[in-house]
Amino acid sequence: MQEITVSLIVENVARLCQEANFDLPSDVRDALQEAADLEESSQGKRILGEIYENACIAQQERIPLCQDTGMVLVFVEIGQDVHVTGGSLTEAINAGVARGYQDGYLRKSVVADPLHRKNTGDNTPAVIYYDIVPGDQLRITVMPKGFGSENCTALGMLKPADGLDGVKRFILDAVDKAGPNPCPPVTVGIGIGGTADKALLLAKRALLRDVKSANQDPDLAALERELLEAINKLGYGPGGLGGRITALAVHIETYPTHIAGLPVAVCLNCHAARHKTWEWRGEKVE
Amino acid sequence: MSKELQRENRGYLNSGSSQQCGSGMNDDQELIQIQLPLAEGITKELRVGQRLLLNGVIYGARDAAHQRLIAALEKGENLPVDLRGQVIYYVGPTPPRPGRPCGAAGPTTSSRMDRYTPQLLEYGVRGLIGKGRRSPEVINAIRKYGAVYLAATGGAGALIGRCIKEMQVVAYPDLGPEAIYRITVENLPVTVAIDSRGENLYEIGPAQYRRI
Repeated sequence: MQEITVSLIVENVARLCQEANFDLPSDVRDALQEAADLEESSQGKRILGEIYENACIAQQERIPLCQDTGMVLVFVEIGQDVHVTGGSLTEAINAGVARGYQDGYLRKSVVADPLHRKNTGDNTPAVIYYDIVPGDQLRITVMPKGFGSENCTALGMLKPADGLDGVKRFILDAVDKAGPNPCPPVTVGIGIGGTADKALLLAKRALLRDVKSANQDPDLAALERELLEAINKLGYGPGGLGGRITALAVHIETYPTHIAGLPVAVCLNCHAARHKTWEWRGEKVE
Repeated sequence: MSKELQRENRGYLNSGSSQQCGSGMNDDQELIQIQLPLAEGITKELRVGQRLLLNGVIYGARDAAHQRLIAALEKGENLPVDLRGQVIYYVGPTPPRPGRPCGAAGPTTSSRMDRYTPQLLEYGVRGLIGKGRRSPEVINAIRKYGAVYLAATGGAGALIGRCIKEMQVVAYPDLGPEAIYRITVENLPVTVAIDSRGENLYEIGPAQYRRI
């Protein structure tokens, strides 16, 4: 068994929130550079250049990549042999978010109640997903999610008869409807199967994959390539002002589903595809 | 100024340049210097696709501030800031680090302001800065009142923040990041997205590259 104190969790969540907002992951940077070579529109090339330069400034000056520093999603994988001491894990994560957003001069974008809309002042609460896994390690991923792209999320409860063609149409239509609004070039996370909520979570988690990664199933990998090609024929391009590169990647995740259903969820991430992970493996406690 | 404005757009939407990544601010399209507030009649000379560098004062306002502005207009009250002839920037900046005027300050999605915009244009707002599509009602109002909608690069918050020299809350401080800010900008890069004739870059641009 391993023991971890909540103070270590607070400290690291605070750090992850800041790093995620200041440092564009290197896979996204590489993809942006590659996109600039492929982009045909000079306007699009210019915008890709601005996005790249923006990432350099953000990293050097510790300024957020985007003023929408997001609502924080936290994905926790906790080994079943880990014991958290000194307080509540959920409270520690929220305390880390509050500290990170205060210390990092990040925008506080969360309102306490969706209808009354008073700002909580510290960007909490986070949206936290826990997975209990075998082992004695802890893995925390922080994903600040901007709402320009979040507002473009789509869920389709298709009929089994709609089949693969229906799934493709639904996805393409969702990206087409979003158009310039989610700050293209986007990454497209897709969840197929499960229940409605499961499909959405799969789609959201798919956004955490490395930009260049492909699904391990060759059929799904081929579908990812096909959809990316189709999306990049929509014409929106960087910034949505016209061009080739509307998306940098399409990532599909699937799950078993019910005989009566074919749920499809589409989650988009803007080009500021922010996420950071911390893995902890402490000393054994005898 | 007007000579520059009357220059024909050189069809850059079709031109392919081999611009290297990281030097995006130095591409070959002409940049037109604009002094704010926009002089009477200038907006009618601006043409879709032109790239501008804005200098002077703009006002930052987004969802909650718009809601309050419209409520005040509907009650016949004076607005807390005189926005007639001014440019509104849809922005909710991050708090500045000590000693700096501004943090990240890129545009937010304009369409959320669509339901308020025609009334503000009727009231006398002359320019709008944001990102993304506008509704047909907004486009009609832009045409009717001879206004202009300018696109800033979404997600380039740190880069745009550098163009901001001064920023202060001038109304609704209780709204935090959604307050109204008076923002002094230097060479803020924007693209004319919808001009006073209603020509719309969010239609024209993608149509040239659409293959579906």
